[in-house]
Amino acid sequence: MQVRSRVHKNTLFISLDGELDEYTAEYTRVNLDKAMTVAQSAQIIIDLANLRFMDSTGIGVLIGRYKKMKDKNIPIYIANPSTQAERIFKMTGLYSIMPRRDGGVTYA
Amino acid sequence: MPNQSKGAKTMKETKREIMNSMRLELDAVSSNESFARTAVAAFAGQLDPTVDQINDLKTAISEAVTNCVVHSSTKSVLIEAKLWRESKKQGISVTVTDFGIGIANIDKALEPFYTTKPDQERSGMGFTVMQSFMDSLAVCNGVDCGTVVEMTKVFGTNRGA
Repeated sequence: MQVRSRVHKNTLFISLDGELDEYTAEYTRVNLDKAMTVAQSAQIIIDLANLRFMDSTGIGVLIGRYKKMKDKNIPIYIANPSTQAERIFKMTGLYSIMPRRDGGVTYA
Repeated sequence: MPNQSKGAKTMKETKREIMNSMRLELDAVSSNESFARTAVAAFAGQLDPTVDQINDLKTAISEAVTNCVVHSSTKSVLIEAKLWRESKKQGISVTVTDFGIGIANIDKALEPFYTTKPDQERSGMGFTVMQSFMDSLAVCNGVDCGTVVEMTKVFGTNRGA
């Protein structure tokens, strides 16, 4: 798993590259928090174009980040999920708190 | 403690011709999850499933192994898979077995969003994802003697028939 981020205009883009499961969850959690704390932005887009696998452990990680950013009134959006990730998001109702908004930037 | 079991009992093994089988026992550590789901997916590849079917299978295996690693206190996980065919279809049956503490309440465990570890950012959606991504799911369980999750995925027409 690799977590890359870039601020573009008022938006923090974070790209998750790799596989998000129980093994990579803690690393992903810590590095998402790090990226979100450092950057000052009005909104966050988590770009899943390079996420090759995700199971329900990923939902726990994402909801945890949502709760942290909600306190700061910073909305999080999901971009470019795979078909499989999309099914898990719909099944769990994740889009009701993190709506889908496709788009991306070039990451460092 | 009597054994509990829950889920669709639709297995018709007697009618099914087993074409191939595998057994894989591995340490119950999260670093093995990727290996476990990839190994089962590669085995299933012999039946020429679609990419979506393979991804469904990988996700379900990952959920089952996560349960063993996170909840069961088992030292090892046993994965057994069989490729089968019957008159008009073929598919894979997989059991994921642990030797841990068992599930205290299966009905609760199968409920969406139910988790025994609410303080750990867990979604409680593992069994729901397995049920949704596979064609059948059954859970057999005895407190203090482990849990067996049995799942089936149908891949479609039996091309050899």
